[in-house]
Amino acid sequence: MLKIENLHVKLEEEDKRILKGIDLTVPAGEVHAIMGPNGSGKSTLSYVLSGRDGYEVTEGSAHLSDDDLLEMEPEERAAAGLFLAFQYPVEIPGVGNMTFLRTAVNAQRKARGEEELSAGDFLKEVRAKAKDLKIDADMLKRPVNVGFSGGEKKRNEILQMAMLEPKMCILDETDSGLDVDAMKLVSDGVNALRSEGRGFLVITHYQRLLDHIKPDVVHIMADGRIVKSGGPELALEVEQNGYADILNEVA
Amino acid sequence: MLPAAQQTALDERLHALAEPSDGGWLGQARSAAKERLLAIGLPTRRDEYWRYTNPRALTQPVPDVSGAGADLTVFDAANAIVIEVAGDVITLPDSLPHGLEVSTLRQAAEADIHWVRDYYATLEAKGSSPVQRPLAALNSAYATDGILLRATGAVDEPVLIRNTQEGDPILHHVIKVEGGASLTVLEVGAPGARSNQVTEVEIADAAALHHIRIQGPEADRHDATHLFARLGAESVLKSFTLSANGKLARNEAVIELTGDDASATVAGAAFGRGAFHHDDTVFVTHDAENCESRQVFKKVLRDGATGVFQGKILVKEGAQKTDGYQISQSLLLDDDSVFLAKPELEIYADDVACSHGSTTGAIDETALFYLRSRGVPHREATDLLVLSFLAEALEEIEDEDLRETVSDLMADWLSRA
Repeated sequence: MLKIENLHVKLEEEDKRILKGIDLTVPAGEVHAIMGPNGSGKSTLSYVLSGRDGYEVTEGSAHLSDDDLLEMEPEERAAAGLFLAFQYPVEIPGVGNMTFLRTAVNAQRKARGEEELSAGDFLKEVRAKAKDLKIDADMLKRPVNVGFSGGEKKRNEILQMAMLEPKMCILDETDSGLDVDAMKLVSDGVNALRSEGRGFLVITHYQRLLDHIKPDVVHIMADGRIVKSGGPELALEVEQNGYADILNEVA
Repeated sequence: MLPAAQQTALDERLHALAEPSDGGWLGQARSAAKERLLAIGLPTRRDEYWRYTNPRALTQPVPDVSGAGADLTVFDAANAIVIEVAGDVITLPDSLPHGLEVSTLRQAAEADIHWVRDYYATLEAKGSSPVQRPLAALNSAYATDGILLRATGAVDEPVLIRNTQEGDPILHHVIKVEGGASLTVLEVGAPGARSNQVTEVEIADAAALHHIRIQGPEADRHDATHLFARLGAESVLKSFTLSANGKLARNEAVIELTGDDASATVAGAAFGRGAFHHDDTVFVTHDAENCESRQVFKKVLRDGATGVFQGKILVKEGAQKTDGYQISQSLLLDDDSVFLAKPELEIYADDVACSHGSTTGAIDETALFYLRSRGVPHREATDLLVLSFLAEALEEIEDEDLRETVSDLMADWLSRA
């Protein structure tokens, strides 16, 4: 599904290398977690995969199924099935959440040559999915993320994910700013979307999110490289001993 | 004595106009206005409030734009009382609701008694001091016709003025909202390829006027408009203008709050590209206690378009507890476009709250990426962010249905721009 090979990335504006040869494959149906200390390049990886400006790929490749992600515009990557849940979802005053969702859903359908969803069908679907995430009618009506609490913003991200039905979901520090209840709600939302045809890449600093979203594989990232991969037990090891032991071990 | 060049320009302009033959009260009002015009001449770039906008296209004898009809259907669902204006031909509705009187300036000129006699050109004259407004004086002197609206009660249906572009008309409307009455006036289309329009508004105590104007989206259009309004105690004025494209628009609003606890809002959302030059010039005078005024202007400019905002709040001595607010913001979609802002506060009372702000910025790249990462193409994502930017000005439209109508229209124009 997602195949990253020898990916090297530097900042566009300055001579700073951030990713120094990432190799990572996430097969359909699996949940992979990337953990690592601050500054290890986790968020950069998510931005480069989804096409944010400001980064230069100097070497390597990233494919989603047969699509060469690095050759595509952000909206093309989205239509091809890539989704990034933002660490800091953006507020867009004056644009209703519902309008935004419908624009996004139909833009993707159009890009894939599918028919647009009718207003009625869209409404039915969004209401059902919002209900599961305890998103009320008011939140759907309000401008995108404006005045939302941290938890509401993250639930809104998961609602977008549920509506867009991507093949590959990247969650960037989705647990940041969430209390225990909100984390459970968001995790339940993610777990409900787990399926055979869908892959997840969960980026997190702490192990606690992985209690709720159980990963198949855990990767430890440091200084722009994946330094160790293993099963869920690797996350527990980080929780107990911090990153230092693992980093020393591989050094 | 005017400088020779200015005298020549004025002579040429007046020569191109038909000299009105009205006698009576209108004849007198016209003569007085013409006298003022002859003393000051037409505006030039040297005038303090014309530094950012070249008035030439508005003052030259013959317009150099031809114009093409705009879509006038926007308020068709508003169940409005429709007045048709084609150039200087005005067609009034057959039937009117209780509490509304409608006539034309032509009709009033021939009537022995008409309420407009006490108002025509008086607010214009008052609002033209100390700052001169020659185009308004020219309008009062040479207006070919105008719509006269008088509300004596709460009028539920909005009045819709539907302008079919024709020629180079000079129109002078007068609106009077009597004590406790309320009225909504909608305007669509431009009366001419070039037009000079004055609207004088008297809002009596506890009365309310809601005004929504749609300018555009014809590509070829020169507009000069003046709104002169005087507000009595506890009265409300809310005026909103949506402008799109066109070549030159100069919208002046001169608002005077003369009764305590009155509230006036002048707002505008404008977007255009290329030769588009859009100028909002607003003067609000607080001359009573505990009044509120709001100026909210947003402009989106691309491909070298120019936006101008000149806004003044004058708080007179004794106008205590004044709450004056002013914001002007522009979104520049490229490096060629320009926004010029001149906010002014002049305050002679000591217990007031006045704030003003002006910003110029580009599209928020993070927001743009957020939308694109959801699959919204670059162009559509930009449109959404433009709508988002303009939304704050639209909030000043009180009626929810009308606000939505204007918002939908704006989205539609953007998608086709």
